[in-house]
Amino acid sequence: MPTLLGVTLITFLISRVIVPDPARTWAGFRATPAAVAALAARYHLNAPLYIQYFYYMGGLITGHWGVSPTSGRPVLSQISQYFPATVELAIAAIVITIIVGIPLGVVSALHHNGKYDHGIRFLYLAGFSSPPFFVALVIILVFGYVLNIFPTQGELSSNLAPPAHITGMYIVDSLLTGNWTDFVNSVWHIVMPATALALTVFGIVTRITRSSMLEVFQKDFVRASYAKGLAQRAVVYRHALRNALIPTTTVLGLLLGALLSGTIVVESIFLWPGIGYFALQSIENLDFPSIMGVTVLFTLSVVIANLLADVLYAVLDPRIKI
Amino acid sequence: MASTRKFQLPFDRNEAAITWRVVKSSPMTLAGAVIAVAFVALAIADVVTRDAILPYNPYALTTQLLRPPSLAHPLGTDDLGRDVLSRVLAAAPIDAEVAFSVVGVAMALGLLTGGLAGYRGGLTEEVIMRVTDIFLSFPGIVLALAIVAALGPSTLHSIFALVPVWWPTYTRLARAETLSVKSQQFIDSSRAVGQRPSYIIGHHIFPNIFPTLLVYATLDIGNVILTYSILSFIGLGAQVPTPEWGLLTVQGESYLRSYPWIPIAPALAILVVAVGFSLLGDGLRDALDPRVRGTFG
Repeated sequence: MPTLLGVTLITFLISRVIVPDPARTWAGFRATPAAVAALAARYHLNAPLYIQYFYYMGGLITGHWGVSPTSGRPVLSQISQYFPATVELAIAAIVITIIVGIPLGVVSALHHNGKYDHGIRFLYLAGFSSPPFFVALVIILVFGYVLNIFPTQGELSSNLAPPAHITGMYIVDSLLTGNWTDFVNSVWHIVMPATALALTVFGIVTRITRSSMLEVFQKDFVRASYAKGLAQRAVVYRHALRNALIPTTTVLGLLLGALLSGTIVVESIFLWPGIGYFALQSIENLDFPSIMGVTVLFTLSVVIANLLADVLYAVLDPRIKI
Repeated sequence: MASTRKFQLPFDRNEAAITWRVVKSSPMTLAGAVIAVAFVALAIADVVTRDAILPYNPYALTTQLLRPPSLAHPLGTDDLGRDVLSRVLAAAPIDAEVAFSVVGVAMALGLLTGGLAGYRGGLTEEVIMRVTDIFLSFPGIVLALAIVAALGPSTLHSIFALVPVWWPTYTRLARAETLSVKSQQFIDSSRAVGQRPSYIIGHHIFPNIFPTLLVYATLDIGNVILTYSILSFIGLGAQVPTPEWGLLTVQGESYLRSYPWIPIAPALAILVVAVGFSLLGDGLRDALDPRVRGTFG
């Protein structure tokens, strides 16, 4: 809770203090002075800062996140239009991250300081160190243009009608309505962007899995399992990995933060109609209220994800009490 | 064990020798060191010679548009006939400038606030660390993005925007290190002989925590370049026609299908430099802290 207050205080300061003339920025650069003054009055931009903060918080909680000067629409309604696509992409990326990241961490720990360990370490260092646009461009070039396996743009082929709107996530909606053509097509579309996102962040998972596996290997219960004659497979997967995965859940918040930052670049390259794409358009139009909306949304998501990870940690590990 | 280190520069000769031995013994760290040194040397040489060391003038427009890689142009030419290799190399100074200023300022702020928090404790520590936690809870580049958007796109503003993202980590690190140094006997002794806190922090605490921060900073240079290039990629960092890796990539993006080297080369440059600093930093960390050797990362 104090974190949430602090975070909103900072976003408030950025949008009201660093910006030279908030009312003008909000109204757009072609607005008449009268319109600017009306906007300032409506959003209490002439009030003292602490009063403004009060109104700002009130607006955040009641869903009044400002109005975009370019489209004239409320920021929150635009965000809710783009949000499902990003959630879908992020979930797909997390799934790929887990599928790639955890086994690599296990292999790394089993071959501690060996050839595989070093190779995997180099791999995730390279993943960490590569800009998301590099990974995305290489993937598009290889799998989109040269091999021509996956589509390079969008969420769905333009000749298909989107599935009925239920959640806004095409994969889920098409599954719920039994629209198999759309389902296959949208899964096909999500593979490359989700992989591009996952490749830049899987290192977080690999690293933590590796170090917690190594830690668990030292524990008595692992030695006991070996002593009672269990095969290595059983020890590793049934006993060690299960315990080692507990710390992995705590990096979920970290992972989400990295993923959301990555979406801005990846969505713009793949023309994926999500929040990142929306953010980039807002930046190009200097649509400041929308940029702040995205900032608040991303930050709140990460703070909440961290909170959930802590709760999950306590649920998974009965030794920890919140 | 009480440390006998007192007045000394961050690296004394002995420590430097040990560090060098560790760097030499690991091929990966050595590779990282080579990349890092080459990057810095290129940046300095390019600034000193005003682009004269580059094969071609990175700004000169020619009629040789979109040529494929050849001996004359190893990475071809772009849509305005400029040599791609020269433009990629010419970006080293600006990326180095941003990376070193952001890390330098962040480290200085981190040393001051973290050192103070660790040494004073109590309310000072509580306030500093709470503020630090709040800044840390912003995901990745989102905070920087909001600040540059508020200030207006430019490289200088990117530096202003990246510092708030970077200093909290250094504050945390400096505080943790200060706490462990503070508990050692030589601090008690200097307090006992009546030295002032400002003197103890400046002469005993800082020199002892500096190496750790410096190692972390090495790891971080690549990260700053990465983040700055993302800011440039989305249009908030360097502006046309400055050669900057993120900007070069986004400008070349539309040529990916037919002339892939135009966008791939600058993006690859970021990867190489970032991997270089990561490898070097990882190796240095192992060198300075034998406890983590082999058990982490």
